[in-house]
Amino acid sequence: MRKAIAIIISVAVFVILAYFFVTSSAPINYTTGGDYVNPINDHQANQSVPQQYLNDSRKDTGSQNVVTAIVVEYRGFDTLGEVTVLFTAATGLAILLGEYKRRIEKAVEPNFVTQVATVIILPFIVIVGAYIFIHGHLTPGGGFPGGAIIASGFLLLLLVETNRGLPEKKLSITESLAGMSYALIGLLGLVLANEFLENYLPTGIFGTVFSAGIIPLIYIAIGFKVGSELGGILHNIKGVHEE
Amino acid sequence: MSVFLIIAWILAALIIPPAIYAVETKDLLSAAIAVGFADLVAAIVFLLLQAPDVAITQAAIGAGITLAIFVYAIQRTERWEK
Repeated sequence: MRKAIAIIISVAVFVILAYFFVTSSAPINYTTGGDYVNPINDHQANQSVPQQYLNDSRKDTGSQNVVTAIVVEYRGFDTLGEVTVLFTAATGLAILLGEYKRRIEKAVEPNFVTQVATVIILPFIVIVGAYIFIHGHLTPGGGFPGGAIIASGFLLLLLVETNRGLPEKKLSITESLAGMSYALIGLLGLVLANEFLENYLPTGIFGTVFSAGIIPLIYIAIGFKVGSELGGILHNIKGVHEE
Repeated sequence: MSVFLIIAWILAALIIPPAIYAVETKDLLSAAIAVGFADLVAAIVFLLLQAPDVAITQAAIGAGITLAIFVYAIQRTERWEK
């Protein structure tokens, strides 16, 4: 009975969502302005918000990647909140699991192939992650994906080092420094440009690595923070081998 | 409708069976792997729908780290749902 009700409800929800998707996926003409009218700028009331981002992001931020321009510049405060959410989750997990070291009856010897392959492939994974967050304002990606890729390198390390964990203290120091530098970059904007997280550096030549002002700096900080944070989460949830 | 959009729809349909399996099965390890597979397919769908930013994140976090966290959590608790 319960199963039948569950199936009926899921089908109904699916049908409703599909209806909204089909009716809303009609081609939107952005040039005449969609439904999104920006109420703040009255003189641009006919211009839709997405079109405005596409038009102005180059002039405003100097970032080639418009998604990054929105995430770090226009909606920078949201990103700070996101980083805080991740930090809270990692701290809660550390409080819950940090004290309780898991006792492993018998440590499993890692596979020989995994051991050798990890040594070869780990530097490349870390370099790819660093590349993604350093070039966040030029190519798709940014601090969060880059940090996650570095954390997947940590995961590989955890798979090989079954008896030892990651250097937890170093990870937490890196995380704190990266988080503080993010907040400090934002506060410097408050001092130098009268707005929190406002760009105060020269935007440089469009499309080069040293451009877009504070966006690369913030994304480097986020990359370090997310990488060390997710590494710490993996370390905590795996536990340390105790005899 | 472009070819990419048709492939995206087919892949989106491919997400549904592992999602249902992950809910229905009693084996939590299989459920975690099914969710990882669904996440991986979702990453490809994001890529085809021209959202590479989201696709990279989904592939790294959804298919990589979440799956590892699930497996470690199962290792700490129990594999079979009661």
